[in-house]
Amino acid sequence: MTTVEAVDARVEFRTRSGRVATALDGANLVVRPGEIVALVGESGSGKTTLARALVGLQPLAGGQVRRDGSPLDYAPTALRAFRRRVQLVLQDPAGALNPRHTVYESVAEGMRLHRLATDDPEGSEVHLVSAALAAAGLRPPEALFLRYPHELSGGQRQRVLIAGALALRPEILIADEPVSSLDASIRGEVLALLLALRESMGLGVLVVTHDLGLAWNIADRIAVMYLGRIVETGPTEDVLRHPRHPYTQALLSVVPEMDSLTPVVLTGEIPDPTRIPSGCRFHPRCPALADGRAAAVAERCRAESLPVLSGQAVLVEEPGWHGVACHLHPERA
Amino acid sequence: MTDAAQLARARRRASLRRGWATFRSSRSGLVGLGLLGVFVFVAVAAPLLADPNGLSLTRAPGGVLEPPSSEFWLGTDDSGRPVLTLLMFGARVSLFVGLLATLISMVIGTLVGLVSGYVGGWLGQLLLRLTEWFLVIPFLPLAIVLASVLGASLVNIALVIGVTSWPATALLIRSQTLSIKERAYLERARVLGTGRWHQISRHVLPNVLPMVFANTTLTVAIAILSETTLSFLGLGDPTRVSWGSMLEDAYSVGAITTGSWWFFIPPGVCVVLIVLAFILIGQALETVLNPRLRGRR
Amino acid sequence: MNTDAPLLRIEGLRLTYHSDGVGVPAVRGVDLVVRRGEIVGVAGESGCGKSTLASTILRLQPASARVEGTVEFEGVDVLTMRWGELRAMRWAGASIVFQGALHSLNPVQRAGAQIVEAISVHEPGIDQAALDVRVAGLLEEVGLSPALATAYPHQLSGGQRQRVMIAMALACRPSLIVADEPTTALDVMVQAQVLEVLTGLVRDRGVGMLIISHDLSVLANLCDRIAVMYAGRIVEVGPGDAIFASPLHPYAAALAGAFPRIGDQASRFAPAGLAGDPPQPEALPPGCTFAPRCPRVVSECHQVDPQLEDHPGHRKAACIRVGGGVR
Repeated sequence: MTTVEAVDARVEFRTRSGRVATALDGANLVVRPGEIVALVGESGSGKTTLARALVGLQPLAGGQVRRDGSPLDYAPTALRAFRRRVQLVLQDPAGALNPRHTVYESVAEGMRLHRLATDDPEGSEVHLVSAALAAAGLRPPEALFLRYPHELSGGQRQRVLIAGALALRPEILIADEPVSSLDASIRGEVLALLLALRESMGLGVLVVTHDLGLAWNIADRIAVMYLGRIVETGPTEDVLRHPRHPYTQALLSVVPEMDSLTPVVLTGEIPDPTRIPSGCRFHPRCPALADGRAAAVAERCRAESLPVLSGQAVLVEEPGWHGVACHLHPERA
Repeated sequence: MTDAAQLARARRRASLRRGWATFRSSRSGLVGLGLLGVFVFVAVAAPLLADPNGLSLTRAPGGVLEPPSSEFWLGTDDSGRPVLTLLMFGARVSLFVGLLATLISMVIGTLVGLVSGYVGGWLGQLLLRLTEWFLVIPFLPLAIVLASVLGASLVNIALVIGVTSWPATALLIRSQTLSIKERAYLERARVLGTGRWHQISRHVLPNVLPMVFANTTLTVAIAILSETTLSFLGLGDPTRVSWGSMLEDAYSVGAITTGSWWFFIPPGVCVVLIVLAFILIGQALETVLNPRLRGRR
Repeated sequence: MNTDAPLLRIEGLRLTYHSDGVGVPAVRGVDLVVRRGEIVGVAGESGCGKSTLASTILRLQPASARVEGTVEFEGVDVLTMRWGELRAMRWAGASIVFQGALHSLNPVQRAGAQIVEAISVHEPGIDQAALDVRVAGLLEEVGLSPALATAYPHQLSGGQRQRVMIAMALACRPSLIVADEPTTALDVMVQAQVLEVLTGLVRDRGVGMLIISHDLSVLANLCDRIAVMYAGRIVEVGPGDAIFASPLHPYAAALAGAFPRIGDQASRFAPAGLAGDPPQPEALPPGCTFAPRCPRVVSECHQVDPQLEDHPGHRKAACIRVGGGVR
């Protein structure tokens, strides 16, 4: 089974004005077989960039993506073999299907490419496509074969995308905002599908989302991202019940269902990644610094940068590890 | 695999049927198709419909510039040849040159547009500059120079028109390719592990081709006009009668001043009609080939 | 103008689209009241008719639609209003914030200029200095720096664009604001910021607000009353927190259950969903339209078309299984 891991991953973009935007600034994250990990953060936090980096779509300026401990080979054939094992389901189901391809063609595309039908003496291509669509909860699959994307509902498109990824029988599935564009009623079904796949196939899943409720629904582990770095990570229940980072606390307090918490609405949005603040990257918006809770470490918050939270290494020794990159919790880094 | 092939066939049949149904619902498209049908029929059947001797200068059956009569429905030209016969054989030249020139222009334009849009980099820049360079050169002088260098024959005329009319197509295809390149489904294709060739042939080209087809009809119209222009200027194939060369003849013998309208109006009307036919078909095709327009109710 | 009348009163509203000779009912008999200083939410899946309802309030429905019933704004019937009155009522009386702020702003015009446009259309002759003050004031009111008046839409983030849209809607001091999915596609934090702006407006200006959303959890804390729509009808209406905490109608329960309470162990590894799709409006099932998807369905549901009935706590639900069970 495959494990994918980002180790100190660094991604830079050059903006039009010639400045360098640091989208990932040393991010560590591991996804292991049979595990559902949620990567949460606001837009602009770098979570989609990290997801793309993990499937080798995003060249790194530093650090590594590792598959089972060895660095990812970016040569075309090696990358193709890698993607058979690690699939990404893109955000925006409306745009991620070719409008001129039928559902059948879209699902069969990856299979043909990796010659799955010819390698499998049992299954014809039609059989495999049916199986993938049925596994994604589209029944009866034959009824959808000849449909075009514009003839499908949003939930159906999302499932076709998942079916296309599942058709390759991957070991790790990375899903970018899999339910954010879907109606509430369909949302639960897609999430249940991810859980069922973990049960039946031992799939490892990384869900990229801004929805903490989704993480609570399905994730074993959670990683909270802010401005290109993981700032808090640990078992979902531990992190969401006892958040330590002021950023996680604030995110949690504004979830509409959390009436028990006083909402801490942060002002402004994530800063421009061309100008990452000095010291703790969160300090300009930090509510703990603003209300004096962090008065004792205020100087360090402004001047002293925090170490990068580690990924795989700690988890092996301490599976329930809950790490925080915050000067208020020096023992947890 | 046979059932997969069957599925694909069923889908193609279904989409053809649906395409034809959409096309049929456009009245102007049907008019265009009908017009084109008439011209194609006349062009193909010209030797059966009219006596090829009517094209000969020496064995011309009629007198000089005879007005329309029951014998010569559209009168005769300055050499005594029936204008109707000339028109029929002229349709062959117009259609042949128009289609061949369009084919050449489309192939060059699509290739250059695809490569410069998709591959990008220095090659893309080079091709873009080349396209722009060809675009700003005035068409007629270049065509005249090329036609006189290559020599006057039908294939050369088509070549000249094709080589000078591709830049507009290339720019169109390039911009379309650039936009498709950013679509999420191309990203999905990359995630599936596809290579460049697969991405171009399975995703970019099928989404660009409808544009090419819709554009084709316009290019045919322009090519036919260009052929007429070049022939009118005396750069056409001297051994063949075309609508352009008829107009040139009419002009040089002063048909307008003598009032021999039957000599210059029919070829003019034919040019207008065939150009109109292609444009009408193009408009109807656009709704057929755009799945999103098609899906809208 | 009758000031005793509720700000907005919708009664027996039906809207049918006509295409190819077939009538497609989008709204099938809706009653709703919005008073001054009140936030009313409408929740439902895509295609349930909630956006159609919103556009009908300002008579923005397509011309092919046939409308029956009453929509009264400050006691005046919107559906029969003359064009001049209608124009005055849009913006100055009631204004709408559409979903998808990216596409609703003109990309080649500065944010400030678009707000100015909204003002000067309705107050011709207003001078430039007064306009600048108004724009700066509006931007501050929605929590934006007045300096952003000179920014183009593409220079703004999603949350900022949505705030500009709200500022535009406020430009003519309307007494009713209709917000169609105002926070969809925004992050939780930005969503919280925008909702804060909206509730502040109701508190400080005493306007009435109708918010449309597919997310019941967003509406729950925000709204005085919530109406849950399904297949063109209201199936449950009542106080906001009550509907989310203890929904009566099985459909409202499914919508509320879709968003877990973080910390609630029952929802761990058990995402709640609702199987099936909403019915096609041109082919509605007989009896209760929700019956084919309903987890509590009994055979009678397929025959009886349930009407909204009163329940304790100022609540109404259209379901024969609510209250005394099967009668």
